[in-house]
Amino acid sequence: MKSRAIVAVFVVLLALAPLALPEFYVTLLNYIGLYALVALGLVLLTGIGGLTSFGQAAFVGMGAYATAWLTTAANLPAWLAPLANPWGGLLAGLVLTALVALLLGALTLRLSGHYLPLGTIAWGISIYFLFGNLEFLGGHTGIGSIPPLSLAGLELRDGRQFYFLIWVVLLAAVWLTRNLLDSRSGRAIRALKGGVVMAEAMGVDTGRAKIVIFLIAALFACVSGWLYAHLQRFVNPTPFGLHVGIEYLFMAVIGGAAHVWGALVGATLITVLKQWLQDLLPQLFGATGNFEVIAFGLLMIFVLHRAREGLWPWLARLVPAAASRPASADFRGESLGRRPVPAVGTPLLEVKDAVKKFGGLVANDRMSLSVSAGEILALIGPNGAGKSTLFNLITGVDPPTSGAVQFLGQRVDGQSSRVIARKGMSRTFQHVRLLPAMSVLENVALGAHMRGRQGVPAAMLHLERNEESRLLAEAARQCERVGLADHIHDAAGSLPLGKQRIVEIARALAADPCLLLLDEPAAGLRFLEKQSLAELLRLLRAEGMGILLVEHDMEFVMDLADRVVVMEFGKKIAEGLPREVQSNPAVIEAYLGGVD
Amino acid sequence: MDLQIALLLGQDGIVNGAIYALLALALVLVFAVTRVIFIPQGEFVAYGALTLASFQTGQTPGTLWLLLAFGVAVTLIDAPASLRIGKGRFMRLLGWQIVYPFVITVLVLGTGAKDWPMLLQVVLALAIVVPLGPQLYRLAYQPIAEAPVLVLLIVSVAVHLALVGLGLLFFGAEGSRTPAFSETSIDIGGLTITGQSLWVVGASALLIVALYFFFEKSLYGKALRATAVNRAGARLMGISTTLAGKLTFLLAAAIGALSGVLIAPITTVYYDTGFLIGLKGFVGAIVGGLASYPVAAAGAVLVGLLESFSSFWASAFKEVIVFTLIIPVLVWRSLTTHHVEEDE
Repeated sequence: MKSRAIVAVFVVLLALAPLALPEFYVTLLNYIGLYALVALGLVLLTGIGGLTSFGQAAFVGMGAYATAWLTTAANLPAWLAPLANPWGGLLAGLVLTALVALLLGALTLRLSGHYLPLGTIAWGISIYFLFGNLEFLGGHTGIGSIPPLSLAGLELRDGRQFYFLIWVVLLAAVWLTRNLLDSRSGRAIRALKGGVVMAEAMGVDTGRAKIVIFLIAALFACVSGWLYAHLQRFVNPTPFGLHVGIEYLFMAVIGGAAHVWGALVGATLITVLKQWLQDLLPQLFGATGNFEVIAFGLLMIFVLHRAREGLWPWLARLVPAAASRPASADFRGESLGRRPVPAVGTPLLEVKDAVKKFGGLVANDRMSLSVSAGEILALIGPNGAGKSTLFNLITGVDPPTSGAVQFLGQRVDGQSSRVIARKGMSRTFQHVRLLPAMSVLENVALGAHMRGRQGVPAAMLHLERNEESRLLAEAARQCERVGLADHIHDAAGSLPLGKQRIVEIARALAADPCLLLLDEPAAGLRFLEKQSLAELLRLLRAEGMGILLVEHDMEFVMDLADRVVVMEFGKKIAEGLPREVQSNPAVIEAYLGGVD
Repeated sequence: MDLQIALLLGQDGIVNGAIYALLALALVLVFAVTRVIFIPQGEFVAYGALTLASFQTGQTPGTLWLLLAFGVAVTLIDAPASLRIGKGRFMRLLGWQIVYPFVITVLVLGTGAKDWPMLLQVVLALAIVVPLGPQLYRLAYQPIAEAPVLVLLIVSVAVHLALVGLGLLFFGAEGSRTPAFSETSIDIGGLTITGQSLWVVGASALLIVALYFFFEKSLYGKALRATAVNRAGARLMGISTTLAGKLTFLLAAAIGALSGVLIAPITTVYYDTGFLIGLKGFVGAIVGGLASYPVAAAGAVLVGLLESFSSFWASAFKEVIVFTLIIPVLVWRSLTTHHVEEDE
């Protein structure tokens, strides 16, 4: 692997650096490493999860102050005595950070996206003033004479010695993050950017995924603070203020917020630039002050206007090998367990008198329909008839105002789409909701999310490779089944729209559903593609799958469907065999207009 | 604490709260119309106060150079497009972005503005600082007006950082305080109400009423409201979202600069003071869910009161207490919100 070779060369250079470089550069590299660790958490949070935090410096501060206080306090209460060493300090810092992150996350993540950053701004300011005003933390003067770390009997008193610890920790964090992203949990995290509705429909607990990445980002920051405290052997509130928190975010965004190495690029660039500007600008302006923030602000605006992806993609293009992700997939994994298939004719879905009102608008008015195993029911009607609203009621995206939805004999109305999906209902979307930058294979594997159970810790250590290969093998099988075998490594966004719809079907099938809801699957397909789609659906029907189909292509519908339900203005106007419906006067009037 | 002190603290709280309320209104307005979380709001407060203070000490405020520089930048960017539309549009661009800053510069440099009456100095300070708002919108936000809220927020933070740095460059690290608008004070049953607090509360109330009439009665106000409700729909009705953005930033800058002018006699303003003041307005705005004007204003007054009373009981923890207020608010918001947010 070429990209592996590049990483290896990089690591060797890093290992040799402190032997060759003067003290000044080693110190600079130490700080770059510490900052990159924080920025790495922000890559996960902002670039990949689509959330953001300005308060990471406060988490760094918690890590630093926890260990500083525990290792220096003169009269610790007896129950804290076992923690009065650097490792106890690390543990205490991590626990405190986790508690705060969970609390902040729980408070803000249910609200819309901008509440987390606003919450973290408030929290960043509060903790800065708290550090500065608490007497036992030394107030604005801080805490000095923190003991050095010792590893296996060796005291790390020197910046060169510390260098190795910092960079080993950073590279380990990069490794853990990359592992996480290349896993079932990682796909769930990356799905956050594709919208909550899609991710939940695939059975992803999006609330939990958000908290998890916020927590990981906070813990990385905390470890960075712990290292900082024992490197500096002195802490005061200044490096943990809000403006530093903002700088961390800048590092991630400028480096390339969607790439783990972007954190390193950003941390390096900002740290070096800051060093240089702090010398240059005060001379230039003839006054002292942190004028580098002007340059950072302008740079940031420029990057967000012109290169929102940051520097890393641009760097990666220079080295083509680094840009292509190694495909970790072999498709020899054993097949996943399947749910029992209901016998043909078993009622799967029963909608009774479902009503949905949006204010005064009645989008669905006492709609009823049913789908059995081994049956294709087509739902048709003019645009605006309320078909998509009904889809949303059935799949749990919106609760019905009144009426009942039964799935496999149980009431499911009012339940979340994630819970309903777990019971065996899977869907596609009218407006394709794929993750365009992810490969077709990974998009489809997201559909199989519910069929794996390995969590985040196992994913970070890559202890779940067996399950992962089974998930990917299943995804590959579904791709093959729908005729996408040639495209599995292509980015989903690079396919034509018709093919993207087929990817959505493969993704839905990867969930091993017994009821499939397809929202206009044939739109944008060419004739031959439509034929093979019809063939696939017939095959699924023969296997006992129930299918509810919304479609405007009448030829496609009438050839395929066992029964047809026609909607207009939120009401059912006809139901029956395709031929009956075609000759129904009410249906003809709805489609062609009445004769006055 | 006796009644006397409580009344004094209450007065302080209401005066500060009135300023926070103004800022909260501006923040809600900017967010509703442009989806920008306007972190740099506070910098306009500082710029307004410090520009006025510069006149009084006989210095040339650096904001003047910023006005000129922004004018040149906007002209360079917009000249090709405006020439394509027509000569009239180009002349208007030159008029606002080149001639106007030039005239103001000549006025300031020629007269020094030091011995002008206070009221004229205030007008001149506003004439310099307020146009920075729409210029800022043109330069930093308009090119990415349709970007996600998160990107706009990060841009806001970047703008804030750059403006704070420029503030340090323009005004130095020293704080400034301007003389009060009026030295009179009223004595009511042992409570002394200063003329300046009456000025602040009165001006805030007047501004809020003016904003109410602007939004209810004027066509531009209605256009802004329409944009806030539905950007695409407003555009289809022929409302330019660009114009709406600039107008909103004009209002926000005016509210910010005016707030700065109003508080400059009460508190010492430093180049970075605006940020904390702006954020307190924010806490108020968040109480209103970034959507409701009256609730945001009430929240802001609450912030002011909380601040003044906590500065009495636990002055070192004043900021901690004010910013932790956001937590119960968020708890309440997250319990009352059941809506699953879909991406824009």
